[in-house]
Amino acid sequence: MSRIEVREDRCKGCLLCTTVCPVDIIVQSDRFNVSGYKVVEVPEELKAKCTGCASCAMICPDIAITVYKTPRKKGGK
Amino acid sequence: MTEMQEKLVFSRPESVIDRPTHYCPGCHHGIAHRLVGELLDEMNLAENSLLVASIGCSVFLYNYLDVDAVEAPHGRAPAVATGVKRARPDNFVFTYQGDGDLASIGMAEIMHAANRGEKICVVFVNNTVYGMTGGQMAPTTLIGQKTTTTPAGRCITHEGAPIRMAEIIASLGGVAYAARGSLDSVKNISAAKKHLRKAFDCQLNATGFGFVELLSGCPTNWKMTPVQANERLQNEMIPYFPLGVFKDISEEGGIC
Repeated sequence: MSRIEVREDRCKGCLLCTTVCPVDIIVQSDRFNVSGYKVVEVPEELKAKCTGCASCAMICPDIAITVYKTPRKKGGK
Repeated sequence: MTEMQEKLVFSRPESVIDRPTHYCPGCHHGIAHRLVGELLDEMNLAENSLLVASIGCSVFLYNYLDVDAVEAPHGRAPAVATGVKRARPDNFVFTYQGDGDLASIGMAEIMHAANRGEKICVVFVNNTVYGMTGGQMAPTTLIGQKTTTTPAGRCITHEGAPIRMAEIIASLGGVAYAARGSLDSVKNISAAKKHLRKAFDCQLNATGFGFVELLSGCPTNWKMTPVQANERLQNEMIPYFPLGVFKDISEEGGIC
């Protein structure tokens, strides 16, 4: 399973990442960070859909997103 | 097992210092900084680079990029970079300027540095306003765009038409590479990185002056949300400022 890690202290809540995610799993959370920005998150139930394409990280102006990719196994999921 | 197969595919480039930026949410300066940082890492230039920073929102660039830097007076970055490059011809010298800095007060410096074919690179971030000073009209402000100094919108008969810098620079003799990219989408960001790489190569191969214009958003001064600002960039700016390469003599083997 691929995944992203959002550094919540760096996220400024601009939501540009939500516009580029091909599977639309990034959403704004209810949490505020120390700077008062509403950060983004991937809800627990949608985490499995992440493809590890790194589009969100490419457009993040604050380099708040780190992407880990796990290659799919052959012949299975 | 799956944990072991996991690969890190995207993280902060080493040349970009791990520090929060002072930019507003959704400001594309951060993306431009990251592209420059990635290229400095990939081309192994960080140790050998001299950055000439400008005035504008990017004034604190030396706090964000892990390279040696000189801070130039407003608009004079290409002139300072000329001196830096001539004194230290073995170093990689680049400037990073905004549109108020480069296209307005620094017009003379950029034109003559480009025309002389100084072996420097210029990264030009165009967001159609003076960002740091509060959103006044810049030479690149679009017709009809409301700013604090054009509250009724820019009028072509009073304030003239927006300047297309990449085309102007491409028409000058000493220029090896002039291109315009945009930072609004993943596809355009990848293309912008290729433009930057070519411009950097032009200096490393001593071909001539490299210039890359990056269209960028300014949500705060456009009085929009970051997502709306991105849409404005796509729908209004790109039609007026076409993307692409306007001059590339890197294949032809240089100017002299």
